[in-house]
Amino acid sequence: MMNRKTLWFFMLPGLLLYTGLFVYPAVSGLFYSFTNWDGVSTSYDFVGISNYKDSFDSIVFRKAFFNNVKFMLTVVIIQTIVSLVLALILAKNTRTRVFLRALYFFPAILSSVSVGLIWSFIYDPSLGLLNTALTSGGLEQFTASWTGDANIALYAIAFVQIWAHAGQMMIVFIAGLHAIPEELMEAARIDGATRFQIFRKVTWPLLAPSATIVVSYTTIQSFKAFDLIFVMTDGGPNYATEILTTYIYHLAFSNYSFGLASAGSMIFLVLLGLLTMAQFKALRRGGANG
Amino acid sequence: MKWIGRIIMVLYALLVAAPLYFVITSSFKTSQAFFANPLSWPNPWTIQNFISIFDAQPMWQYFWNSARVTLSTVALDLFLGSLIAYAIIRLGGRMGRYTFVYFVAGLIIPSQVSMLPLYSLVRQIGWSDNLGALVLVTAAGLLPLTVFTLTGFMEMLSKEMMEAGSIDGASEWKIYWRLVLPLSGPSLAATAAFLFVMVWNDLLIPMLLINSTDKLTLPLALMQFRGEYVTDYTLLLTGVVITAVPMVILFIFLQRFFVTGMTAGSVKG
Repeated sequence: MMNRKTLWFFMLPGLLLYTGLFVYPAVSGLFYSFTNWDGVSTSYDFVGISNYKDSFDSIVFRKAFFNNVKFMLTVVIIQTIVSLVLALILAKNTRTRVFLRALYFFPAILSSVSVGLIWSFIYDPSLGLLNTALTSGGLEQFTASWTGDANIALYAIAFVQIWAHAGQMMIVFIAGLHAIPEELMEAARIDGATRFQIFRKVTWPLLAPSATIVVSYTTIQSFKAFDLIFVMTDGGPNYATEILTTYIYHLAFSNYSFGLASAGSMIFLVLLGLLTMAQFKALRRGGANG
Repeated sequence: MKWIGRIIMVLYALLVAAPLYFVITSSFKTSQAFFANPLSWPNPWTIQNFISIFDAQPMWQYFWNSARVTLSTVALDLFLGSLIAYAIIRLGGRMGRYTFVYFVAGLIIPSQVSMLPLYSLVRQIGWSDNLGALVLVTAAGLLPLTVFTLTGFMEMLSKEMMEAGSIDGASEWKIYWRLVLPLSGPSLAATAAFLFVMVWNDLLIPMLLINSTDKLTLPLALMQFRGEYVTDYTLLLTGVVITAVPMVILFIFLQRFFVTGMTAGSVKG
């Protein structure tokens, strides 16, 4: 009964737009990664796989990779725990709790430029709120140059990332909690189970699909972070917060090494692809359990 | 147990609210009051920062640029995305699945990877520094997400109903426009809320494509303010407030859709 020709015609504009301005550029990135193009001049040479070799040999690239992993693990572990705890506390639909949910969620609608600027002021070593508060609270020994100290800068930004998105992940957990039939909890309570037992034997297993969603989403989000770091430290100090995306950006737009940067993007894409595949596997398993 | 929960609830509320309190009060303070005590209640209240920022900067222009780009991108994505999602549902079978996979494959490629070739492509075709091009590029990049979400929602609509429409002699366009689109209202709103936040707040693509000062979008303008007003914190924080206002209004009115959109969006990353 349907008209296939019309349906293809429906898809045509979107297909052209997506192919021309997304798929084609992404594929041509692979092409540039085998050249020594600087991004400006009209000519370039093919250099084979040397950009890939140079990437793996680069100390900054390796540092960026490990920073990516550190940032990702920190955000995933802490954000998942925080959002789960918040969800368990706020799952009931009372008026206060619904209001708090909206408040906790709120930072997610701010731009990362705004969030980055706000926290740059809070972290500012001399004028910033954090150090001022610590000093006035008699905790001077804990003041720090939060984004200027190579040992803590990456974690200071990870904290901001969690501040901005934990409320969003809390919503996913709350949705999961609301999907658990009330009778199950009721039955467990009547059988004399403690709160902790109910959580371990009833809530947690049934929450597994939501947990999988939160973990995999957070993993990918934090692995491809860019804006916050770009705004707050731009990779510094001394590459302490350089991650793969900022590394690629700097190579292309500060060093004019377009070919090398393209190779970096391709390696980044492969890593992200592996993470996504792991995500799909986990989602399928999580789905089967739920 | 109850007490621990309450304490966490209050502490987290403070953690979220304190920075927001700081930003909002600062925007109503004089610079002197700000430096005297960044956490104090504004005394006196002043709207001088808002006046200055609109005076010294083509702030309306930035606002208007962001509004135009965001509205056009979201409208374009909803229109093209819903057409594609409808076609995928109606085609079904292998063709439907292949098309779906082709579009959704784009979800794996983040803009940080496509940024370099995109930048050079746009320059080659002479589209740099053009807000129209910014709309097209942003819309193309968000189409995978739009198609994924809308297909998921439309799959829940009854296919028999669409078939019945066909049998009664309605054209595909009529079924899409008169039947499927109105029934998809809530899912379109949820997708729109999600897209609005992403486009309005986007930094990377505008940064790559736009360079003249009269074409900046708000996140770009904020980055530029930071360079110019290194020490004028109150003015900068006022810029942050102004940028957030439309999203806050949207959030208040569309809260329900925000949450469905965000959770739906979060499922696929």
